[in-house]
Amino acid sequence: MKLPTFLREFGIPRLLIAVFLAVLFAVAVATHMDLRGLISDSIVRVGRNGILVLALLPAIQGGIGLNFGLPLGIICGLVGAVISLNAGVQGIAGIGMATGIGIALAIPAGAGYGWLLNRTRGQEMMVGTYLGFAIVSMMSVFWLLAPFTNPTLVWAIGGRGLRTTLSLGGIYDKVLDRWLEFTVAGVRVPGGTLVVFLGLCFLVWLFFRTRMGITIAAARSSTRFARAAGISDERTRVQATILSTVLSAIGIVVFSQSYGFVQLYTAPLLMAFPAIACILIGGASVTRATIGHVLVGTFLFQSILTVALPVTSQVIQGDISETARLIIQNGMILYALTRTART
Amino acid sequence: MAKITPPFLLSEMFVRMGRNSVMVLSLLIPILAGLGLNFGIVIGAMAGQIGAILIVKWGVTGIAGFALAWVIATPIAILLGIATGSLFNRAKGREMVTGLIAGFFANGLYQLLFLFAVGSIIPFHSPSMVLPQGYGLRNTVDLGTIQYAIDDLVRVRFQLQGIEIRVPVVTYAIVGAFCFLTLFFFRTRLGQQFRAMGQDDHVATIAGIPVERNRIIATVLSTVLAAWGQLLFLQNIGTLNTYSSHEQVGMFAIAALLVSGATVTRATVGQALLGALLFHTLFVVSPLAGKALAGDAQIGEYFRVFVAYAVITVALVLHAWQSARAAREARRDAV
Amino acid sequence: MTPPIAAGDPALELRSIIKEYDANRVLKGVSLSVREGEIHALVGENGAGKSTLMNILFGMPVIWETGGYEGEILLGGKPVTFHSPAAAMEAGIGMVHQEFMLLPGFRVAENIKLNREPTLPNAASRVLGAKLESVDVPKMRADARRALDSVGLGIDEWVPVAGLPVGHMQFIEIAREVDKANLKLLIFDEPTAVLTETDAEKLLAIMRDLAKKGHAILFITHRLDEVLAVADRITVLRDGEVVGTPDPKATTVARIAELMVGRPAAVTAQRRFFAPSTEPVIAVEHLKVDMPGERVDDVSLAVRQGEILGIGGLAGHGKLGIANGIMGLYPAWGRVIFGEKLYPLNEPRQALERGLAFVSEDRRGVGLLPEESIELNIALSALEAQGRFLHPFPLQPLRLLNHGAMRAHALEMIRSLDIRTTGPAQQVRRLSGGNQQKVCVARAMTLQPRLLFVSEPTRGIDVGAKELVLEVLRRLNRDKDVTLVVTSSELAELRAICDRVAIVYRGKIAAILPPDAPDAAFGLAMAGESAQAA
Repeated sequence: MKLPTFLREFGIPRLLIAVFLAVLFAVAVATHMDLRGLISDSIVRVGRNGILVLALLPAIQGGIGLNFGLPLGIICGLVGAVISLNAGVQGIAGIGMATGIGIALAIPAGAGYGWLLNRTRGQEMMVGTYLGFAIVSMMSVFWLLAPFTNPTLVWAIGGRGLRTTLSLGGIYDKVLDRWLEFTVAGVRVPGGTLVVFLGLCFLVWLFFRTRMGITIAAARSSTRFARAAGISDERTRVQATILSTVLSAIGIVVFSQSYGFVQLYTAPLLMAFPAIACILIGGASVTRATIGHVLVGTFLFQSILTVALPVTSQVIQGDISETARLIIQNGMILYALTRTART
Repeated sequence: MAKITPPFLLSEMFVRMGRNSVMVLSLLIPILAGLGLNFGIVIGAMAGQIGAILIVKWGVTGIAGFALAWVIATPIAILLGIATGSLFNRAKGREMVTGLIAGFFANGLYQLLFLFAVGSIIPFHSPSMVLPQGYGLRNTVDLGTIQYAIDDLVRVRFQLQGIEIRVPVVTYAIVGAFCFLTLFFFRTRLGQQFRAMGQDDHVATIAGIPVERNRIIATVLSTVLAAWGQLLFLQNIGTLNTYSSHEQVGMFAIAALLVSGATVTRATVGQALLGALLFHTLFVVSPLAGKALAGDAQIGEYFRVFVAYAVITVALVLHAWQSARAAREARRDAV
Repeated sequence: MTPPIAAGDPALELRSIIKEYDANRVLKGVSLSVREGEIHALVGENGAGKSTLMNILFGMPVIWETGGYEGEILLGGKPVTFHSPAAAMEAGIGMVHQEFMLLPGFRVAENIKLNREPTLPNAASRVLGAKLESVDVPKMRADARRALDSVGLGIDEWVPVAGLPVGHMQFIEIAREVDKANLKLLIFDEPTAVLTETDAEKLLAIMRDLAKKGHAILFITHRLDEVLAVADRITVLRDGEVVGTPDPKATTVARIAELMVGRPAAVTAQRRFFAPSTEPVIAVEHLKVDMPGERVDDVSLAVRQGEILGIGGLAGHGKLGIANGIMGLYPAWGRVIFGEKLYPLNEPRQALERGLAFVSEDRRGVGLLPEESIELNIALSALEAQGRFLHPFPLQPLRLLNHGAMRAHALEMIRSLDIRTTGPAQQVRRLSGGNQQKVCVARAMTLQPRLLFVSEPTRGIDVGAKELVLEVLRRLNRDKDVTLVVTSSELAELRAICDRVAIVYRGKIAAILPPDAPDAAFGLAMAGESAQAA
């Protein structure tokens, strides 16, 4: 069956997902659900997850492929968050401290990770996945033994070891969300978070139009091309990895403030996968991604996740949105993996 | 919590080796055929579980029940293995990630089937197994009716320092049979073809070996063995956690194999058995050590998971490092 | 071991083989035959059609995916068509490849018997099929031993192949083919390319021996002295046609080389003369380059300001290595003076910064970013090496792209080089070969180099566009005073635009000739039989 070019390039999976979302919204309208609430929640989820998706762009454009090692940067951000909470810093200052520490840790972490990726060319995805898993699980031991003393963070019994989830209520819960919050046509929009997200999107877009960014993207196609143009692709790959790791550290801090909780232990294990599904749904491939892909994909996927449960729970008992997430998310990644042949 | 005494450890190891070895063995064929570590064996485990669920529903007990579960699971595993193998053929060079993600994806479909379809779209009249809402399987399925069906087919027990040790003779016989079959397989014509593919699939193609078809066969064999392995595991445990029994199966089996020194491209039957032994020793000892050393068993539990992840990470890095270096050198020497 | 072929019929006969790739005729009606007991040499430059012919003979999928072929193949007098390598092998065609098709982890015997192992039935095979029969190891070893003995290789058949010397590996390949009972035709594809002199001689001896035993052998090689040493008949292929079948007993290496490279087109009337006393823009002394397949051993050259110097020679002798080595793409040694200063080898960045530019023979791999726009491709090297097309800003790495300037420049290039495109933002991969080449040239020109290396400027470009590209180069040299060094397999085009033509033979300069020198002079130089220098 020969499809029109536009559809073929758009991709069947993307089409199916967009249709699925449209159907969900249609059902919501038909059953007189609180549409404004749904839209508002969707926008909140987009702002919450967006930066983590954005973090994948430098890695793809830098030639690393899909960065399954996102948990590495996430851990850096979490350490920053925990330190800021332990010190009792509140509000925007708390977020600033968390982000600052997170970035400071993410730079060397990203550099080390980038070095490793250079030595393991061809298997970056697998190495990244399991390095991420190993680090998260090592940190689980660390959280248990950590020298944090703030009573709101540690277990009541024993007085040592961080709790699994740390509440941000009263500290910096939704600080960014509410900062520039506004309402339009009855839909509540978390202005601050969106400003940060879109602002970072703009900066990344701008970065890839600077000399350094152009160099990084040019080197990704092949080592020989890079060498002929006088570029060291070992260097550019490390730079791309650092950028990706730093963005994911920022991303988890923004995520946590929006969510209201800092989740430790095994929570970061699987965080790379939904983000990767987002950017792929937006149209990216293992070798090419744009800001447009980040925005469209995050919107599509996060909206489905937000809307599916309330809409379906009118008819189906049980959280089908979680099952739907597993199928859509992993189906999308599987599709992307089986598309490009090995060079 | 029991103290770690030699008899306790011995008893635990007998049982664990028996119920876990086949799963580790299922990884061998894909490795030697050049597919790397089959992270998709969880798909085989799910096929096994479907068999177990059905026989409980139909009330078939004992060894007959187990045999029926086996009969049901095998064709399902074959079909799923063909699907997975086809995916591998479309993702050459990325088989391991693809297997990992395919496992997650299949888990989503499995949930769709058992959490929502069963009882609603698919008639399933068994109120004890289904959730009160009328559809969806409960979180646990009691496998008491087939528990120890294989283990105790030939009952051997003995006492050691006050602890009763069961020796699951038939289970071990089955493990032994699969070890022998694996060794036998690699001495056949097909096995020779697999070994050739595992070294260089371009040379194998030129020699006329049907590489794509063989990769699917290798995946099917692995998936079926994983299904049988999961059934052996379940008949010992006696309970099926419908949505989580299969979850870490792939990861633990792979970690066990790698702990013995096997790599992404080379693994022997001996390493599979040794690895299962070492890994499960770690598994048993770790929480107890954590309690003794740091006063918290939880540390031990996190630690053993960390070891599993770390072992896999190291093996993947070594494999990638070596093949990246070989690729660089091959490009330099290419005429 | 004489293969069963009906008496009188040649072992292999190709009749008028025609093959087109996308309306481009790669084989224009090739006929040849190989008799039992004969060594038939097939020679031709890269691109002459040898590989395509072999692909057709071996039933490679790429042939069928692109429309098949016309003409007939007869094996032992019977017409055959092969749709897969397996089918060709089963019919009795054996091939000793250039890159060894051996499994290093397998033993010698296992390699010799790969996918043809002798087997014995067992319990499983009776139920599940022949595939599960057990490998009969003793018989496998015995067969392998016999095959090895027949090629005179005395090694243990049970050692792993990994770690064996290269010479032995080649012989194991031959043993594998010879072990095939139904072998009708044995093809040797560049077998001595990686062998030492001694091993190469041993191989030729085995070849003669096999022919004496009655095998039909097709011998593909670039080494013309070997051709004369063993061939009974020779077929010379050029541009998809058979251009000659010289008698090995009556011809010379030089004559064969001439046939391979072809009759030159009419030489351009205006040949310019550059006095040797002029200060050379670049002086190369004892250059050595490690480029796989195009090794340079010892090249010394002086290129004069404003001239167009051509570098030619047969494939594999090193002509492509010179430019690649100087530009730092492959490891190089030697001494180079550029613009009166000592020039550092192995630093591609320095090459670009000092005023050298390169249009590589590997257009897709090194010359272009196919997914990116034309304007970015054109601007890239200058952007990287010279910081052009960037807005000023204190921090160098963060300077923003000056899109306007980049676009304006691209439009200028599109106009002056007449690049056929829908616009500067179009993806390069959508352009035709000729226009892609112009983008590569534009990219090099944007660097405003003093010296431009161009390798294989018109390879893969259709006839109409070839002249346009050459004209672009001529104008660059004349109007912008850029010195050119053009490397090409097509002697005709070198003689058409260059002021001097250097011929490379076995990694060294054999001769530097004026373009209007007699054909025989070029032939001799390419065959390494002259010590002339202009």
